[in-house]
Amino acid sequence: MRRYRRVAFLLLAPSLLLIALFVYGFIAWTGWLSLTNQNDLFVPHVRFVGLSNYLRLFHHPRFLIDLKNTLTFSLIFIPGSLVLGLVGALLLNTGVRAEGLFRTVFLMPMALSFIVTGVAWRWLMNPTSGLNLIFDALGLGFLKSGWYTDPAVGIKAVALAAVWQLSGYTMALYLAGLRAIPQVFYEAAEVDGASPWQAFRYITLPLLTPVTLSAVIVLGHISLKIFDLVIAIAGISGGPAFSSDVPALFMFVTTFQANRFAQGAAISIVLLVLVSFLVIPYLYWSLRREVAE
Amino acid sequence: MKAGRWIAGVLLGFALAGLALAQGGKLEIFSWWTTGGEAAGLFKLFEIYKQKHPGVEIINAAVAGGAGSNAKAVLKTRMLGGDPPDSFQVHMGHELIDTWVTTGFMEPLDQLYREYGWEKVFPQGVLELLKWNGHYWSVPANIHRANVLWYNKAIFEKYGLKPPKTYEEFFSIAEKLKKDGIIPLALGDNGIWASTHLFETVLIGTLGPEGYKGLWTGRTVWRGPGVKKALETFARMLDYVNPDHAARSWDQANDLIIQGKAAMYIHGDWVNADYLAKKFSGYGWAPAPGNYGVYDALSDTFGLPKKAPHRKEAIWWLELVGSKEGQEAFNPLKGSICARTDCDPKLFNPYLQWAMQRWKTDTIVPSLAHGAAAKESWLAAINDTMSLFVTNRNVAQAQNMLAQACVDAGVCTR
Amino acid sequence: MRRRPFFWLLVYLALSLLAVFYLVPIYVLVVNALKDYREVSVEAMWRLPAHLSLASFAKAWFGDPASGMTGLGQNFLNSVKLVVPAVILSVLLGSINGYVLAQWRFRGSETLFFLLLFGMFIPYQSILIPLVKVLMALHLYGTIPGLVLTHVVYGIPITTLIFRNYYAQIPRELVDAAQIDGAAVLGVYRHVILPLSAPGTVVAVIWQFTQIWNDFLFGVVITNKPDVQPITVALNNLAGSFIVEWNVQMAGALLAALPTLLVYVFMGRYFIRGLLAGSVKG
Repeated sequence: MRRYRRVAFLLLAPSLLLIALFVYGFIAWTGWLSLTNQNDLFVPHVRFVGLSNYLRLFHHPRFLIDLKNTLTFSLIFIPGSLVLGLVGALLLNTGVRAEGLFRTVFLMPMALSFIVTGVAWRWLMNPTSGLNLIFDALGLGFLKSGWYTDPAVGIKAVALAAVWQLSGYTMALYLAGLRAIPQVFYEAAEVDGASPWQAFRYITLPLLTPVTLSAVIVLGHISLKIFDLVIAIAGISGGPAFSSDVPALFMFVTTFQANRFAQGAAISIVLLVLVSFLVIPYLYWSLRREVAE
Repeated sequence: MKAGRWIAGVLLGFALAGLALAQGGKLEIFSWWTTGGEAAGLFKLFEIYKQKHPGVEIINAAVAGGAGSNAKAVLKTRMLGGDPPDSFQVHMGHELIDTWVTTGFMEPLDQLYREYGWEKVFPQGVLELLKWNGHYWSVPANIHRANVLWYNKAIFEKYGLKPPKTYEEFFSIAEKLKKDGIIPLALGDNGIWASTHLFETVLIGTLGPEGYKGLWTGRTVWRGPGVKKALETFARMLDYVNPDHAARSWDQANDLIIQGKAAMYIHGDWVNADYLAKKFSGYGWAPAPGNYGVYDALSDTFGLPKKAPHRKEAIWWLELVGSKEGQEAFNPLKGSICARTDCDPKLFNPYLQWAMQRWKTDTIVPSLAHGAAAKESWLAAINDTMSLFVTNRNVAQAQNMLAQACVDAGVCTR
Repeated sequence: MRRRPFFWLLVYLALSLLAVFYLVPIYVLVVNALKDYREVSVEAMWRLPAHLSLASFAKAWFGDPASGMTGLGQNFLNSVKLVVPAVILSVLLGSINGYVLAQWRFRGSETLFFLLLFGMFIPYQSILIPLVKVLMALHLYGTIPGLVLTHVVYGIPITTLIFRNYYAQIPRELVDAAQIDGAAVLGVYRHVILPLSAPGTVVAVIWQFTQIWNDFLFGVVITNKPDVQPITVALNNLAGSFIVEWNVQMAGALLAALPTLLVYVFMGRYFIRGLLAGSVKG
């Protein structure tokens, strides 16, 4: 094994070098920038200002709303996609004859870009002429909402559109996962007198856990970087009272509209730190789990 | 012999082409004009340029989206990366000055102004906004007016109304209309700049042109009673606005006027171009309430970046943009008026002729929402304030944020 | 499986409801793309077009040269020139990385995997400026190869993840057997891994194709001249900053999405198979 270590390393080297520069090098540059006073396109005397960009950030009402929105978004988007995906996969797995057709329909949203999805959902969520009209016509008036125009809803509406776009992906993952469970397990359970619900709870769900874990990583990274979808739905201003605003959008506006480059860098670093706190333990835990199996 | 002449003709053609190519450089123009009248106007300018300077290849590097937000991001990335275009669209006033001039990216254009006598042709109000440190930094292609009241003629006739001159008149009209189920005032602030735009007309109407101008120099106090009254008036106006304003962009708000669902719309004169494009003629216009005698101006201008790769061709472009021929070709298509005061009114539609008249006599003030009055970071802070105010109508909080924005911009002290 | 017809009825009902959920936004896009400019408006979004018109599709594709509006057609090839090499290279790198990290675990390989994976999480808006500077230094700025490089680099984390999970399924015995036969790291790759790679490759290819084809941010920043820009930038430019022809926008969105839609329609089955092969450990 040790002999091959060198070759293995060499094979990984190109990727490692590229990531070292384009990810970690840039993160370092961003970090340096966030500690300076470069809040204009050209600053004659560049100097370190410590954490003042960060302090300004946490006093800005918009940033605090953004952090809350990211949390809300993740709490709807990730479980929503997982649950909807699982439900869809269970339905598809029953062996219906039109499975291929339904599956294609469920996967189609994934093919669209967030921008296109956003344009369609922005229209759908227009409070006077979109889905609300249909709900009224069907007698489902209680489902009406102001969607992204209602500050109390805001980002939740964006999360709905995101669930629409990506639940097809989780559905495909779960479908594959369900198919991989050997039939023999279910037969054994039936012999033991287990109900379908018990079979689901004690066989299906646990065996789908690795699928869930890998889906969460992918959905999670989308959650943290969500940008195009917010702009396409709620506009570049992040919705009324920033109810749909997210850190990535605030960062974009701060850097490229207000020319506050160092402050924008501070937002990025805060995001990355948050990500590290969440992702690193998670990855550690899921990899440990894998090794243990 | 015919063959001989034919061959000679072909050879001559090649020679001329070769000469043209030999003369040719390139010209890269950066803007966010990608469709409609704006693109048509830009294209017309390109055509005239090609006639005057054949052999120059024109690259149209336009990026659409978000009232220029995409384009500005790309432009800044390019400029900071050391790849400037030959000339780029930028709003006159502090957007240009504080973003690009004080930071040392632009070349002064005094030579051009002297050579073409532009100081005699552009009004004083505009020359003031184009100047910094005693030099001129860009050439205005057009002028748009921000403080216009547009109204649906049918509705006004039905209720026997006339365009309101004061805020009292506005509110009494609004009450009457609201009771009858008509939206008094249309608003589309999916891009919050539209609310900032409306607010700036209220600032002008409440503080007057001199008071308004003083906001940007520190002379008018943001924490004062004038701004407070403006915020209160604005809050009251928002009571008469369509409830789905956060879902509509400015042109979708205009649709409410076209469909007869809303009566009035206080917005810039690109609304006129929208009516014409949608072939709607049942509208009238007047200065926004409280804004009589004031021209709230914004302008798209072009400057000369220091490291422009094709400096000669860029200067030719600027000459064209500032010329009578260029402005008369561009503006009727774009739907704006010339920055020059000597353009031929007959080329323009009725609204634009009205605007051209006013341009000569009204007091000119710089638009806030469109980059003339305040630098970009200041405007961003004001936009943030509007985002919160339009929803929570908290006058004290808004006034506080506005005052702080002025301090952060380095203009006020408290 | 003995199941009552009532059961099937429920299943079909549920599937149809789900299908409606997924199709409603697409309906809005299609229906409004088929209208003409004056008919299309937010108020009437549900109504079928009064007269079917493919004019907006034509305008979206060909643009309106007389008025200076460029269409999508010119940029379609740019996207192809971008996607093909970018997908091939990023999938290749991901495959090799995934293989090494899954089958040749040495001390520190988990850490290296972390480090590679973390790259997925940076918001791309924050690295635009240094990215441009680096690409300029490499003389790749403003070119499609520069854009390809960008997408390859930022695609490494996800393709590595996909392949690592996939190759982890391959039984150790196969690798050991090949080693006994004298194969080293690369030999095992060629003789054992590669032949089994199809399903995992399908997943990676579909994912990367979608991401890269639909990318806007890198496209608009890195390829700054209109003749090299991908189709997403052209799509964005169908919207004027002032006047938006919604029917043309939606038609354009559908046209730009067509390649990826077709990929999913035809490869959907293999996508599932690929995920199946790379999922739960038995």
